[in-house]
Amino acid sequence: MLIFEISAKGRRNHLQAPRHAPAANDIPAHLLRHKAPLFPEVSELQVVRHYTQLSRKNFSIDTQFYPLGSCTMKYNPRGVHQLASLEGFLQHHPLTPASHSQGYLQSAYELQQILSHITGLSAVSLTPMAGAQGEFAGVAMIRAYHLSRGDTARTEFLVPDAAHGTNPATAVMCGFRIKEIPTDKHGDVDLDALRAAVGPHTAGIMLTNPSTLGVFERRIGEIAKIIHAAGGLLYYDGANLNAILGKCRPGDMGFDVMHINLHKTFATPHGGGGPGSGPVAANDRLKPFLPTPIVGYDGKQYRWLTTKDCPQSIGRLSAFMGNAGIILRANIYARLLGREGLCRVSEYATLNANYLMARLQQAGFTLAFPDRRASHEFIITFKKEAKTLGVSAKDIAKRLLDYGVHAPTTYFPLLVPECFLIEPTETESKEELDNFINILITILKEAQESPDLVKQAPHNLPVRRLDDLKAAKELDLTWQEK
Amino acid sequence: MPFIPHTEDDVKTMLKAIGVNSTDDLFDEIPSNLRINDLNALDAGLNEMAMGRDMKERAARDGGLACFLGAGAYEHHIPAAVWQIASRGEFLTAYTPYQAEASQGTLQLLYEYQTMMANLMGLEVSNASLYDGASALAEAVLMAVRANTAAKEPRILIAGNLHPHYRQTIEALVRPQGILLETLPYNDKTGCLETQLPKIENGDIVAVAIAQPNFFGGIEEVDAITDWAHQHEALVIAVVNPIAMALLKEPGVWGQRGADIVCGEGQPLGIPLASGGPYFGFLCTKMDYVRQMPGRLIGRTVDQDGKPGFSLTLQAREQHIRRAKATSNICTNQGLAVTAATIYMSLLGASGLSDVAKASHANSKALCAALTAIPGIRLRFNSPYFHEFVIECPCTADALIQALLKKNVLAGLDLSVLSPKLDHCLLICVTETKTSDDIHTYVNEVQHALQHITTTVED
Ligand SMILES: Cc1ncc(COP(=O)(O)O)c(C=O)c1O
Repeated sequence: MLIFEISAKGRRNHLQAPRHAPAANDIPAHLLRHKAPLFPEVSELQVVRHYTQLSRKNFSIDTQFYPLGSCTMKYNPRGVHQLASLEGFLQHHPLTPASHSQGYLQSAYELQQILSHITGLSAVSLTPMAGAQGEFAGVAMIRAYHLSRGDTARTEFLVPDAAHGTNPATAVMCGFRIKEIPTDKHGDVDLDALRAAVGPHTAGIMLTNPSTLGVFERRIGEIAKIIHAAGGLLYYDGANLNAILGKCRPGDMGFDVMHINLHKTFATPHGGGGPGSGPVAANDRLKPFLPTPIVGYDGKQYRWLTTKDCPQSIGRLSAFMGNAGIILRANIYARLLGREGLCRVSEYATLNANYLMARLQQAGFTLAFPDRRASHEFIITFKKEAKTLGVSAKDIAKRLLDYGVHAPTTYFPLLVPECFLIEPTETESKEELDNFINILITILKEAQESPDLVKQAPHNLPVRRLDDLKAAKELDLTWQEK
Repeated sequence: MPFIPHTEDDVKTMLKAIGVNSTDDLFDEIPSNLRINDLNALDAGLNEMAMGRDMKERAARDGGLACFLGAGAYEHHIPAAVWQIASRGEFLTAYTPYQAEASQGTLQLLYEYQTMMANLMGLEVSNASLYDGASALAEAVLMAVRANTAAKEPRILIAGNLHPHYRQTIEALVRPQGILLETLPYNDKTGCLETQLPKIENGDIVAVAIAQPNFFGGIEEVDAITDWAHQHEALVIAVVNPIAMALLKEPGVWGQRGADIVCGEGQPLGIPLASGGPYFGFLCTKMDYVRQMPGRLIGRTVDQDGKPGFSLTLQAREQHIRRAKATSNICTNQGLAVTAATIYMSLLGASGLSDVAKASHANSKALCAALTAIPGIRLRFNSPYFHEFVIECPCTADALIQALLKKNVLAGLDLSVLSPKLDHCLLICVTETKTSDDIHTYVNEVQHALQHITTTVED
């Protein structure tokens, strides 16, 4: 039932609306609205019940194991959410003078410092709204750097074929042509192909390390040398930072600029699609190009630095200063964990991933890279099962839902056929991992004994498999009154 | 250990299953010259209690002002149910609804959101959100360039009275693609766009982007501008305040054919000011342009038993399918803020939202009338306005702002930083949250401050 279908003409919630709402007689009639929008007319209880019931049709971290690779679905601490939602923070207008914004500014400044230390890069801007906007910032900074030196020939960006879709899409938004770099059979960048691809047109490369294949790029030093020698710069996609917190730093690997997904590594909630936050960190060479505003501190007062202070900045990426509430949450999370806790994150995330990988291999599942150590995530492939049993990765993913577990990321990266990218995160217990292993073993057995059970899954959810073709062909994007 | 459930026994068993001696061995593929062993420059962790004290003290420093500042972020009453429901773990801690069968709650809610938002704007389609109002406008500009194939060059006319931060944002986001941004001037007396529109040839311009209300709060003659743009084969991009659209003519019926793309800041719909985010950007359009839209779209369909259900649709526009050929690089959006906005719109209904708009308008008229009765203060622009207006003060706007801050009143935005023509100008916003007492207090404090400032100057 849609909210519109429980609506009844004339039902109102007077308590939520202002009492005194006189007509706007001074505005000329031709500028006024004459037809009310189609909104539901429902009571407060109906609203509360409707959306509470809808919420119960969702899987979430709070209710299910959610090993979605590349997404770092770790526990989102309640205490963090509560403290970031204090009235003083919520009331605070973004354009309030700095004298009355010191609480927020201090928190943002501290986070800049923390991120700078963790990444080994000298300066941070918190303004990007999500990972993809952080990527935009970084690539636009590289573009601005080349142009500032009068180097207009650098029109190409290198992107490995294993990269997340946002990487090539971002480089195109920044006006670059894409050159795809293949991956070798061990999951590393193909260095010969890379050497052949670089040249005077190379603006830079976008890399994730550990890569989206769940393995650490061991020859990163050599890659950095090749790119830098060709006059290009290195962008680090920080989606996988959870794997290396306190173990190594992108700045030391030779990266010039990167983004960090606070909604992954720093445990801020994903909200059913967002918000995120994608701060961008840069070395001394690219620091002048960071997007504004940035928080500055003169030893007494915190204040916003704007393009006046940073004349070479690529500018502003949103109306205010990024997803401030997410920035607050990341600050609180980082300071709750502190230096020891942050190092533990990568240790236990890696322990959980390697444990799952080892146990699944023993149970007969096929690893994509059996001779590699898992980072905080790893890939299994159902290529064999798809061939012999006619059961695809999608079928197994849907069957997992029946067992009350969210499916891992499927069919990404695109290189590995019929794959699952599995990321358990550090906040899951051994019991939860063992349960997941047992469920997967059960499903594999089902696939052998009664494949239709798996191919027709899910059976226990609010809906069965949806007709995506119909959704795209007979577009129904809004409800229409009959 | 904070948020880590492992016991020592667990760790031993797990290491054994992997076949290594310590967790450190698991990092053996990282070249040793890159390894670090600690993050000791950072502080030790705090517990929840200590953190609570610290953050409460910070929040107290930032709160407690009576807000008369708008300029793109607006204080409205947020019903209690909005965030109590939006903060349920099942909404708060879910990922993007890629597994549709396990995400019907979020998907149906977004379909309801799309319906309400498209209706509020008078258009056929709404996406499921972009980052914020300014970046949504940048996406609208890029979308217009894809949609208007008649134009000779990617040239866009931008209203000169658009929020300056929006202008800066589109400069940063679309310039790398070689898009040309030019300014449509506004009239210095009305603050609205010049009624004498520039002479252009058909196909010169991809689109015209106008704000309703404009940055100064003024209401534009949208019909004439829309028809002029369409006569010259340009698309119309409307940047609107969603609360204002409950009172003012919706973009879908502007002029003969209606605006083509509508975008803006969704924050007024139940999202707290919160230092600037998370808010959400909205984007609506005509069905003809749906395939050029950026961002996620939810469609209603049926499952294999014929039961209605919802899923992400037209994904071939998006980066995870289309990669370098996608309509945008956006992936994570602002889903939770949209969840709150959907609950907000459902609770208020069309009449409640219209009451919020009317009450805000009436309150701003009341404050404006009282202020302009003070000798030396005048209304800067003589056009009808929604819930924001500009006054010219006998002193600098900053002097007034500082004086009122001492009384815990956030008086508005000093416009002198934008342009020397706006010296002594203060942009003030009043919404439904303010009572007549609040308005009196504001006026009294201004009178007080002006006396004080004048005497100090005479001294
Ligand atoms: C490897 C990788 N890069 C980039 C992104 C994009 O981040 P966001 O969704 O925050 O824009 C993601 C997440 O979806 C990712 O997994």
